[in-house]
Amino acid sequence: MFENLSYLALQQYWWALISLLGALFIFLTFVQGGQTLLYSVGKTEGEKTIILNTLGRKWEFTFTTLVTFGGAFFASFPLFYATSFGGAYWVWLAILAAFVIQAISYEYRKKPANFLGAKTYEIFLVLNGLLGTILFGTAVGTFFNGAMFSLNDMNQVDWQTPYRGLEAVLTFHNVAFGLTAFFLSRVLGALYLIFTVNHEAIVARAKKQVLYNAIPFLVFFLYFLTRLLLKEGFAVDPDTGEVFMEKYKYLHNALQMPVNTVILLVGIVGVLWGILSTVFMNRTKGFWFAGTGTVFTIFALLLLAGFNNTAFYPSIYDLQSSLTIQNASSSKFTLATMSYVSLLIPFVLAYIVYFWRAMNRRKITEEEMQEESHVY
Amino acid sequence: MIEIADVSLVDWSRAQFALTAMYHWIFVPLTLGITFIVAFMETLYVKTGNEEWKKITMFWMTLFGINFAIGVATGIILEFEFGTNWSNYSWFVGDIFGAPLAIEGILAFFMESTFIAIMFFGWNKVSRKTHLLATWLTAIGANLSALWILVANGWMQHPVGMKFNPETARNEMDNFWEVLFSQTAVDKWLHATSSGFVLASVFVIGISAWYLLKKREIQLAKKSILVAAIFGLVSSIYLVITGDNSTRTIANDQNMKFAALEGLYNGSEGAGLVAFGFFSDNSSDPNNENLKDFNLKIEIPNILSYMAFLDWNAFVPGVNDLINGNGKYGIMSYYDRIERGKVAIAKLTEFKEAQKAGNKELAASLKTELTSDDFQNNYFKYFGYGYFDDPGDLVPNIPLTFYSFHTMVGLGFYFILLFIFSLVFLLKGTFEKKRWLMRLAIISIPLAYIASQAGWIVAEVGRQPWVVQDLMPNVAAVTRISAGSVQTTFWLFAILFTILLIAELKIMFRQIKIGPKH
Ligand code: HDD
Ligand code: HEM
Ligand code: HEM
Repeated sequence: MFENLSYLALQQYWWALISLLGALFIFLTFVQGGQTLLYSVGKTEGEKTIILNTLGRKWEFTFTTLVTFGGAFFASFPLFYATSFGGAYWVWLAILAAFVIQAISYEYRKKPANFLGAKTYEIFLVLNGLLGTILFGTAVGTFFNGAMFSLNDMNQVDWQTPYRGLEAVLTFHNVAFGLTAFFLSRVLGALYLIFTVNHEAIVARAKKQVLYNAIPFLVFFLYFLTRLLLKEGFAVDPDTGEVFMEKYKYLHNALQMPVNTVILLVGIVGVLWGILSTVFMNRTKGFWFAGTGTVFTIFALLLLAGFNNTAFYPSIYDLQSSLTIQNASSSKFTLATMSYVSLLIPFVLAYIVYFWRAMNRRKITEEEMQEESHVY
Repeated sequence: MIEIADVSLVDWSRAQFALTAMYHWIFVPLTLGITFIVAFMETLYVKTGNEEWKKITMFWMTLFGINFAIGVATGIILEFEFGTNWSNYSWFVGDIFGAPLAIEGILAFFMESTFIAIMFFGWNKVSRKTHLLATWLTAIGANLSALWILVANGWMQHPVGMKFNPETARNEMDNFWEVLFSQTAVDKWLHATSSGFVLASVFVIGISAWYLLKKREIQLAKKSILVAAIFGLVSSIYLVITGDNSTRTIANDQNMKFAALEGLYNGSEGAGLVAFGFFSDNSSDPNNENLKDFNLKIEIPNILSYMAFLDWNAFVPGVNDLINGNGKYGIMSYYDRIERGKVAIAKLTEFKEAQKAGNKELAASLKTELTSDDFQNNYFKYFGYGYFDDPGDLVPNIPLTFYSFHTMVGLGFYFILLFIFSLVFLLKGTFEKKRWLMRLAIISIPLAYIASQAGWIVAEVGRQPWVVQDLMPNVAAVTRISAGSVQTTFWLFAILFTILLIAELKIMFRQIKIGPKH
């Protein structure tokens, strides 16, 4: 079945899957955002325990999504994997380090004889929330602004700055996306607490945090989006594969892919509704609207970066080294084989949703923390 | 056009990969085995309704949780390190190698992370049967993640199921099933997972023995030893069988590694197995530093030939036969392979240049030549050798490989004895009276970790300098970055992982001291 699709269709299918995984990851960083709210929402030890337990039962999903995002990118666009990870070395290793310290912190924080002390593990969690989201967002920003690399005949990467990717922070548009991701994760984290916790003080403080973080989120996001639609973009000539600069490229993409633009707008409305219904109407299910909205929005944004003859990982050092979904992809055979594997994704999502609901049926309370056998 | 990285960059990158892989492997084998042991225990609880089994299950589960967290933490670095430190490799083989990694994420890691949450937090939220199912699925998920990563590793040891595409200058997959069911991959999966079962069984017996020595948690300890000794015994017999199979596969596909792990410099018919030996540091031939032999050895005649080829008199090539070639047995020398590799590289360069110059005709004819069966089998097959000038650079560290292999094998047989003794004395009811046995069980825990790490040293050091056997040496695989950057990240990770390891060990020891919750 997949063998009969054209090579390009398979490349597009995989770019869409990568975009979906990226979007799910950004949504799931509500765990990271929640971690950075630890001190502003949790004042007592008991409150902190509740917050970390409700987030802690989900941290593995975020982590695994990141891992799968990496693996799927490797399998479908190996040249990106080689170029970006090998090139922007420091950025990716910093992101990874931020996730390494998260993985142990939940489990070790409360355990006796934990060597570093509970406080250190809490700081690890806050650092993970801060660096994980900002750096990842900034790295995604380079999809639209380019990076400093060149490729030789054998497709080996040479990075052209000694900062190995850290120079991305010098472009404010990248950073704006990093900060968007950061404040969005905090909004989602606060919404998640409101959704799952049955504790007055926590919910009241979380509600305030939704508002406080929604404002900078919107500022950075709108800046990012407006600038994106007005800037020059990296277009590809479909016949020759030549990359050239095109004025208003992303605006053109938005106009030429109306369905995608609708998804983008629906997503934005979803996020706004999630925020507004929580802050002004006292609803508690805002998390689902904002979460779904996030997935839609990021998905559509990533499609803007790769579809419609656009270079998704442009090089500003050597335009012709830019990566497109055509020149960076795996062979047709591999993409088709992997597409069969991808048929299992709905099944995986279904059991995740099923068990997630089984586990979240009851809200988390102070009493539960006392009777539960395994507490973070 | 094909540039070679400098030595210190390669060495630091190797060191960094080895560091992270070996840290990861401290935690992985326990996960692989203890999840099954916990699943057996919980099954007994659900079957019998005996609360004691639930307590036992929960106790080992707590230890598993501590181990698991740090296993995950070390794994993520490894996955991305293929890109960050071996970026040329990632492109050259990503078309084949990326697929198992992606499948691992989609199929195995999500399974593990979903069901592990239920395992730890679901006791009061889902039914007993669902909980038991979750525990089993966690164990299966863990062992499935091992499958996919070992398929990837097996492919590097013995690349199959692909073709070289000159246009893209990389290898492309043309048969997924060949990659998945390659003998090397299957052997590795069976052997590595069963080594995890053995290690976890030793772990459980050792800790239980400590309780018995301290005369506490008697019920828990005896019941745990029963489960672990049976599981360990079965697994360890299986472990030896799968290890033996791996040896045979290596004898066929990676004969330099085979010579290294047997310390065989000069091949012979009816070769003997060196059961035990110390290398001498005298060179018997001053012209060749590779010609070292043993000072002291115990050799069992003919066994090696039989082990390798199931024929008592088969010829087993040694390091020197491989380097210098051996016409009688049809072994091509490394000198010839290097020549042929250079021809392959030159041809590819010529093709790329023709393409660049826009000479379509020449490019097309070169492409036909490059992809012809004759060229593939007689030249391209040795592509990687073309990066070298001195065949001495194609020999791995032999003493390290030899000693590691013999340590692993020796301990493998030792564990069988340990499980038999544990089971016999437990059934006789005298286990808790045998102080020597309890002490032995405790010191066996580190031995299991040593055997396990030694296995990876055999597998990975033994295949040096190849990243992909015969096709890509490590000098060509490495990311071009300053050696200083890699050195810095090496130390950062070394410090970070060591701190986390200390924390893990302290927590683990304390939890063992505290014992199960009553
Ligand atoms: C508890 C640990 C343990 C024990 C007791 C053994 N092994 Fe092992 N062995 C491993 C743990 C291990 C491992 C860590 O799991 C390795 C590393 C790579 C792999 O796939 O498995 C391995 C690799 C490995 C290799 C190299 C595979 C390769 O290069 O691809 C061989 C030839 C053997 N083993 C053979 C044996 C034999 C004949 C044993 C007989 C008793 C044995 N092992 C016991
Ligand atoms: C977790 C268990 C593993 C351990 C303990 C381990 C150990 C090692 C060691 C010791 C080295 C350095 C060899 C040397 O410097 O001579 C190494 C290198 C390497 N291993 Fe492994 N390995 C493991 C699993 C894997 C797997 C599963 C893969 C691939 C999927 C892999 C791929 C590599 C690569 C790419 C290198 C670096 C290149 C090289 O030095 O040749 N390793 N590993
Ligand atoms: C060098 C190659 C390897 C890479 C790139 C790698 C990658 C990873 C990653 C990313 C994780 C975290 C997954 C999560 O989010 O839950 C992980 C965990 C795990 N890996 Fe590896 N891994 C390697 C070697 C191995 C080997 C050789 C095995 C088994 C034979 C193995 C078995 C596991 C298991 C069972 C886990 C679960 C966590 C644990 O307890 O350690 N891995 N690995």
